[in-house]
Amino acid sequence: MAVLEVTNLGISFGGLRAVDGFNVKIEEGQLYGLIGPNGAGKTTVFNLLTGVYKPTDGKILLCGKDITGKTTAEINREGIARTFQNIRLFKGLTVLDNVKTALMNKYKYSTLEGILRLPKYRKVEKAMNERAMELLKIFELDGQADYLASNLPYGKQRKLEIARAMATEPKLLLLDEPAAGMNPNETEELMNTIRFVRDTFNLTILLIEHDMKLVSGICEEIYVLNFGRELAKGETSEVLKNPEVITAYLGE
Amino acid sequence: MKKTTKQTLITLGMVLACYAVVEILMALGLVSSLMKGVLVPVCIYSLCAIGLNICVGYLGELSLGHAGFMCVGAFSGALCTKFLEGFIHNKAILFIIALFVGVCMAALFGFLIGIPVLRLNGDYLAIVTLAFGEIIKNIINNIYIAKDGSGYRFAFINSKTIELGEEGTWILNGPQGISKIPRISNFTIGIVLILIVLVISYNLVNSRTGRAIMSIRDNRIAAESIGINVTKYKMLAFVISAAIAGAGGVLYAHNLSTITATPTNFGYNMSIMILVFVVLGGMGSFRGSIIAAALLTLLPEMLRGLSDYRMLIYSIVLIAMMLFNWAPKSREWRDMMVEKFKEKRLKKEVD
Repeated sequence: MAVLEVTNLGISFGGLRAVDGFNVKIEEGQLYGLIGPNGAGKTTVFNLLTGVYKPTDGKILLCGKDITGKTTAEINREGIARTFQNIRLFKGLTVLDNVKTALMNKYKYSTLEGILRLPKYRKVEKAMNERAMELLKIFELDGQADYLASNLPYGKQRKLEIARAMATEPKLLLLDEPAAGMNPNETEELMNTIRFVRDTFNLTILLIEHDMKLVSGICEEIYVLNFGRELAKGETSEVLKNPEVITAYLGE
Repeated sequence: MKKTTKQTLITLGMVLACYAVVEILMALGLVSSLMKGVLVPVCIYSLCAIGLNICVGYLGELSLGHAGFMCVGAFSGALCTKFLEGFIHNKAILFIIALFVGVCMAALFGFLIGIPVLRLNGDYLAIVTLAFGEIIKNIINNIYIAKDGSGYRFAFINSKTIELGEEGTWILNGPQGISKIPRISNFTIGIVLILIVLVISYNLVNSRTGRAIMSIRDNRIAAESIGINVTKYKMLAFVISAAIAGAGGVLYAHNLSTITATPTNFGYNMSIMILVFVVLGGMGSFRGSIIAAALLTLLPEMLRGLSDYRMLIYSIVLIAMMLFNWAPKSREWRDMMVEKFKEKRLKKEVD
């Protein structure tokens, strides 16, 4: 069964049709790319999938379950996690606490147990710490666990955002321009991390990216969006050769 | 020891040390009666400042009506004491029941205000709490409760509907408030309350719930994206914040024999005053809130000798403290001094 199945998804902002007839089917363990020129509606698709916007029409199925119209928090609990184009970390919290915050729906104790510091609090907090450190280690952030998130260098902030999203144990991970602002070395490293994460957690990933080296390097299939509509989709190498796609990116 | 545990213990130790010093000075007769009079208010304002800090410093929502919650706590607590006075003679039990009722009522009002407002994003909470603070005073000024031979009498707006018999007494007489409240509050009770509230607050912010609250402050959209129910945790933080202000109110009511809901004690100025404690002490620092509340309450008393210039000096000191604490240049300078001090100590150790 497909992890994500979207049929005829669309949204209008007043008279503007931002996304129209978006159809996609992503199988388990796939790395799927979503590309398109600026303003094509890529981030809008992400916002629709995560419930930030309510779709005007269409249906979103996650592992066969209809999640159309649910709130962002509910959709996350169903199994979609995301990162943001402009990094959105909890800047006043430490790196470790950023991840621990995301673990809160998996490791539970009540507010009262927290205030009274009952045994359950200690037990769960300990498990939380261990799990968070494990995740930070994967992203090579364990050395900076006590840093404030805002004090991390840019590339590491991007990684922390992915680590935080991973902490919610998603079935589907949405990455919004993960390589934006990175130099070629950092991009290379990021590609390896994304591959590693996909393989170890058997995760399904949908990513938006402008860096074609990264897209052609790791995505198995891509979807090209232009003015909110499908321009092409299919195997990465073939789609990137498509003259229409090249025209949309570079002009006539 | 974990860093957060250390912070908590330092603050608790600080409060206890202050308590010990003041008690020793009082035993030696070195504290003037004027100073003795402000000891309980210091505790009251510290409590309210800690409560507001949860809302402003940790949740990141501005409340301009915490005096309103204090007012709710004070009146419901005092009413409870007046009702039970005849049945329970143990003052400690009386106070604990009043405290419970006051805290619950303040929390209830916080909850009711939170239902519509906390669903919205932006500065709506500031506007609504500001209005709440003013409205609650007017409502209390129009409630009349009396007791006579035939039982309790209740009236709203029009007090003439109550015709009291010979032995009838007013419990809550509208604008004249509640009088003859047993004066149970003292400095020790105040300090105990502060310690309890501090432990609750520190444990709250260092728990799973606290992290959720702070993540909403730092980035609401990201908090939603990791599955946090934003409205629920906003509500939780706001209700706890209001409840703590209510505890301050109960302490206030039992410190005076008569309480009235006037602009001077529960008005807008008081709400702003509590906010000043929080901002001066540092958002997200309970210890700072207590220090600021204590300093700014004691300062006007200490400056009494300056008579007419008192408030002038007070405001200058306030501005100076704010700059010294929070201006970037002065923080830089402070950090530099700390570094220098550390270097010196290192050198000494090497020698």
